[in-house]
Formats: sequence, C-alpha cells, structure tokens
Amino acid sequence: MKKDIILAGVGGQGILSIAAIIGYAAVETGLYLKQAEVHGMSQRGGDVQSNLRLSDKPIASDLIPHGKADMILSVEPMECLRYLPFLSKEGWVVTNTKPFINIPNYPDEKQLMAEIEKLPRHIALDAESIATELGTAKAANMVMLGAASPFLDLEYERLRDAISFFFGRKGEDLVKLNHDALEAGRKFAQNNMN
Amino acid sequence: MQKQLLLGDEAIAQAAIDAGLSGIYAYPGTPSTEITQYVISSKEAKEKNIVATWTANEKTSAEAALGMSYAGKRAMVCMKHVGLNVAADAFINSSITGANGGIIFVVADDPSMHSSQNEQDSRFYGKFAMIPILEPCDQQEAYDMVHYGFELSEKFQIPVMLRITTRLAHSRAGVARKTSREQNLVKLPENLKQFILLPAIARKQYKDLLNNQPHFEAAAETSGFNTYTDGKDKSMGIIACGLAYNYLLENYPDRNIPYPVVKVSHYPAPAKMIEKLYEECDSILVLEEGYPILEELLRGMLNKGKTIKGRLDGTIPRDGELNPVIVGSALGFETPQLQEIPSLVANRPPSLCKGCSHIDSYNGINEALEKYGKGRVFADIGCYTLGALEPYNAINTCVDMGASITMAKGAADAGLRPAVAVIGDSTFTHSGITGLLDAVNDKSSITIFILDNSTTGMTGGQPSSAFGKIEDICRGIGVEEEHIRVLKPLPKKHEENLAIIKEELEYDGVSVIIPRRECIQTLNKRMRDKFKEKAKA
Ligand SMILES: Cc1ncc(C[n+]2csc(CCOP(=O)(O)OP(=O)(O)O)c2C)c(N)n1
Ligand code: SF4
Repeated sequence: MKKDIILAGVGGQGILSIAAIIGYAAVETGLYLKQAEVHGMSQRGGDVQSNLRLSDKPIASDLIPHGKADMILSVEPMECLRYLPFLSKEGWVVTNTKPFINIPNYPDEKQLMAEIEKLPRHIALDAESIATELGTAKAANMVMLGAASPFLDLEYERLRDAISFFFGRKGEDLVKLNHDALEAGRKFAQNNMN
Repeated sequence: MQKQLLLGDEAIAQAAIDAGLSGIYAYPGTPSTEITQYVISSKEAKEKNIVATWTANEKTSAEAALGMSYAGKRAMVCMKHVGLNVAADAFINSSITGANGGIIFVVADDPSMHSSQNEQDSRFYGKFAMIPILEPCDQQEAYDMVHYGFELSEKFQIPVMLRITTRLAHSRAGVARKTSREQNLVKLPENLKQFILLPAIARKQYKDLLNNQPHFEAAAETSGFNTYTDGKDKSMGIIACGLAYNYLLENYPDRNIPYPVVKVSHYPAPAKMIEKLYEECDSILVLEEGYPILEELLRGMLNKGKTIKGRLDGTIPRDGELNPVIVGSALGFETPQLQEIPSLVANRPPSLCKGCSHIDSYNGINEALEKYGKGRVFADIGCYTLGALEPYNAINTCVDMGASITMAKGAADAGLRPAVAVIGDSTFTHSGITGLLDAVNDKSSITIFILDNSTTGMTGGQPSSAFGKIEDICRGIGVEEEHIRVLKPLPKKHEENLAIIKEELEYDGVSVIIPRRECIQTLNKRMRDKFKEKAKA
C-alpha cells in the first residue's frame, strides 16, 4: 500500500489540521508516514502545500516525486491546479470550489471551474456550504477530508477515531459535528465518483 | 518504545532533552525555529530545569552556549544558515578554544531560498572551522546524531556542527527515542587557560586542533553514519550526502541500487570509502543538497581524473534544492511526462495580514516621501519586507539584519536627503543598535522607523528582546528626546502621523519614529488564550 497526497491551500486555511488527522489514522493503522510541511514566509497568505506520504514499507523521500501523487486534496479551487505536475496519470483531484481571493489577478471563476471540470478524475464540492448547513463553516476541512476518504485506503473508522482524538477535548458536540462533516463529504464523493 | 511523529527540528530538540542537555539558545530563523520552540514548550524540559531561551541574536546565543560548555554542561545553539554569519566570530574561535561540556551548533540551511536571502551551505563553515559535521539523511538519524554529537564533542573537546536543510527540518516522520541520560554536573575545564585565546595559547590550541584532524577523520569512518554499499555496475559510483541519499533510494523502490554507493552523513568525508569508490568505478556521481563541496574536492582545479558528475558539469542544476526527479534524471531515468499547470493559475505571493500595523506605517511613509521621489528607503528583514511588493512598493533594500540603519547612514553620507531606514523591533535589537550608535556619533541625517509590533512576527511571534525598551535604548545611545516620536499606526490616525513623519524628514540629524501597534497574529492568539482560560474558570 502506498498513498502520496498533496494537500494544497492558502496560508491560514489550516491544511495541516487535515494532515494531522490523516497522519494519526495512518500511524494507528501501523503505516509508515512522512509529511513535509511549509513553515515560514509563505504562510502569510501565500500558496502552501504539504506532501503527505503513507506506505506499508519505509518511505525514503520526504518529497513526493513529480508525476507520482495519488491525490491532490485542495481546500481552494485554483490551488488544486498548481500541483498538477505532481499528479500521476491515475490520480484524483479532490477540491473545494469556494475561492479564496486575496490577489488582484485571481482568474475568472467560470473559467477556473471549467479547468477543473476538464480533469478526468475529480471531486469538486462547496465544502463551506455543506459545513454551514451542518452548523458551522469551520468544519469545511473535515468535509474535504470526507470527500477524500474513499480514495485514502484507510479504514473509515480510523478517520472517525482520529477526529474523536483531536476534537475530544473540545466536547462531544464538536466531535459529532466533525463526524457529520466527514460523513457528508464522503457521501458527496461516493455519489459523484462515476 | 513507540515511535513518535516528529518534525526533523523536533526530533533534534527531543534528542537534546534526552541526551542530557542543560541549555539551548537561539535567535529564531526559518527553518531552525521549531527546535528551540519545542524545548521551550516541553513540559519534560521544564521539569529537568533545562534553560531554553531566545536571545538577542545568533552571536549572543553561540557565546552563551559556549559559556555553558565551559562550565561543563551540554549546550545547543540553533540558527538558520545566515545566522551563522552573525555568529561566525564565536563559531570559528570556539574551534580553537574547544569545548568542555558537549556543544552542538545546529545550523539549518535553506536551499532554494524558501524563506531566505541566499542558499549558502554551512558545511563550508564547518570545514573552515575544521570541526566534525553531522548531516542527517532523515529524522531518526537527526535524533541519533544529537546523542552521538554530544559524545563526540566531549570525547575530543570540540564543538560539533549538525547541518540540516529545510526539507528535513520541516518534515515529520516516526522517531524512536533512546533512554534518557542525566545532565552533567558543573565541572570547570581541567586547564583553566583553555578558553583564553591569547596568541601564545591560541597557537598551541590551534596545533591541537590540527593534530586532532586524523582523529576526526577516523571517527567519520567508524561512526556508522557513513556507509559503503557495493553494487555490480561499476560504470558509475555514487556519493550521496545527507538528504540526497533519500532521493537516491526513492528512485529504486526495491532499494536495489545497481551502483556502488557511499552515503556521507558525517564529515570530514570518509576518504577511505571514497577512495575505494573512485578506484573501482569508471565515473562518480556526487549528490549534494547544497553547494558542490565534495564534488569540487574530487574534481580538483584541473579536473583531469575520472569523470565527476554533479552540479558543476550540468548533470544536476547548479542551484536550488534536489528532489527525487532531479536525482532520477542524473541516474539516467527518463523524466516523466507531467501534466501542465493551466495558464490561468496566478501567483499567490505572501502578503501582510489584513490589519497589520506595517500597512499603516507604509501608507504614511509613502505619502510623506511622495514629494522627494522614490528610491530612498533602506529596509530590513521581517514581515515588513513584504512592503517591497504590490500595492506598497515602499522599500528599496533588504540585505542582512541591521543593514537598514547603516546603509541609510552611508547613503546620507553620500548626500542622499532624506535617507530613511525601516527596521523591525526584533531586528533592531538583533543588529540595529550598533548602527544607530554610529549614526548618532556622526550626527548623520537619517530618519529611522523602528516598526514596533512587540514581537518577532516573521518567524511566528516569538518574544522580541526590544520589548518595552526601545525609547530607552535610543535615548541611552544619544538620540535627542524631541526626535524620538512614537505613533499609533492606525488608519484613523493617518493625517496626524503623516504630519509627524514630514516634520522628522526635514530634520537634519538622527530622528527615530516608532510606530507601535501589536502584530494582529499575536494579538489574536493572546485573545484566544485569554478566552480559553476564562472558559476554564
Ligand atoms: C541573521 C538572521 N537571523 C534570522 C533571520 C530570520 N528572520 C528574518 S526576519 C526575522 C524577525 C523579524 O522580526 P521583526 O524585526 O520584529 O519584524 P516583524 O517580522 O515582526 O515585522 C527573523 C527572525 C535572518 N533572516 N537573518
Ligand atoms: S504576522 Fe504580524 S507582523 Fe507579520 S504580517 Fe501578520 S500582522 Fe503583520
């Protein structure tokens, strides 16, 4: 088993919280893990990514080789395209459709969505809306994780356990909310995988 | 013991705690910051009374660590690569004094300049100082090397360098810990003159350092961090240094590399292993995450021996960090066909946070300088360097920490009026104070903005040594009281601030303007913590 995942987003969007939950679930499953993060200058509203590698054998490189990623999981639509050179021919793109616009030359949203629609294997969803319906837009990242879950080769229960572990201290309500968000994202992906 | 998921930086910190560390000193700098941060936040370190502290700059860190070593205890000092330029005087001379308690200089290089002004390779410094260098290939080795490094340092009474790069520093992997060791007791050096570098003593100590070189070489052959792995195909031999070794392995999923390989993680580089490789193979490929240091040595000035491939002959790009694909193509693998980035994807450079006080400072500075024309703002390093970008275009220089005040002085000496310096509060105490003294002594005509957001913003909000002291420092150095002006950088104060800035730009002498408002990020964090505490109560 090997899963190479590029997590993408904009500094401040919290992609590392997704990485932490997948990482916890992977370690509990007994997998090897390497996770390269971006710290420093680019965190100030710039583009950020994290290379997350899971495998049942020891992992050598901290960086995912170009053309080898099994998935790009992006919490922002333009950012999912930035890392296409890393995606393998069979790889999936799972992306949020809600743009984060902090630059004057952000592309036209229609054209952007058209580019995403062109991708042969993709799941695109408005995670904010789904999360808001459940109770808070803050759970959007867990919706995204849910949408990625069918492609992760990790037992779904492990992801739920990881969420319980990370949100447990903040109370049962928050755990349930995030479990629901995970489930909603997963359902969306399963219904749109074709 | 179960493995813990740690960043390379955290693995180093945890190893130091486990290896009997007594003190860690640092000035923040990407990608080294998380080492000291980890020890500062560690409950275990607190229980063990380990001193963990941010200092004014890297030189003061290095000297404090050396003092702890003098007293017989284990010390660590951490910095980013350019920090070693600042600490260089202490670093180079510490190789002559030698150590008493173990001392490790952890230096984090940043090839490809993700968050830096250059990509200098600290192994040059290590070689310059003639001390052992350890360069881990992964997080576990980083952990193990800290234990080994302290032992090596104490065995030969010599400072040891641990050199890492961005990808190791900021990547997480499972790390197995060793059993903890007690801290050393205070114990003075046997020779109480060891640390007095008077010429007569220094000459002798330097000879000792030279005489120790064969021992350092022998240690590198036997420590186990350098390895020779045979391969059937002798058309090429490979030398892979530090992290580059992983990129090599990555290209052979079954780990069966057809060529003989020398993995180098401990310097001086293992000459015997490399000689064997050179004798047995037709050509040599050198993989280094950084400058082509070993490659240059192997080639020699005339390059008349066997073919040496690497960064100097174009097999690998001359600059930038390595990755599995660059190494793969050096090994002769075809570069994969890649999907392209659609042309509509726009760059998203980092920017100042919404509501950041630097925005208001730059709005004031830009407007006040309009009538004089562009090109007179000497800036420095920190979040405020982002004032170089749209929409501010407010600054003209950023060279090294502290260079704002001194460069403005030089330009003013040349006749540029007005000449403006912009420096952050933490940068000011790091390297700005001495420059201010020069300017005051020469009555230079410069206007200095000390942007006081009460923190070291760029690296994530560490405390600033300048906190609550800036006016006193300026006064003490001799800046005239009426030319120390404190502003509140807020949009509603714009007109009021503008008038003050304009006034000071006209003044023919040193004036200091201090726009003071806390960094939005640290402010938010403080509020969140307060809220949490209230909720608890
Ligand atoms: C010699 C050296 N040490 C450390 C750094 C990393 N570094 C760059 S800016 C900075 C902090 C700047 O803090 P401050 O001056 O208060 O400005 P702020 O980021 O808060 O605006 C640090 C630690 C560096 N570039 N060079
Ligand atoms: S971190 Fe603080 S100093 Fe840096 S840009 Fe944001 S608000 Fe400004």
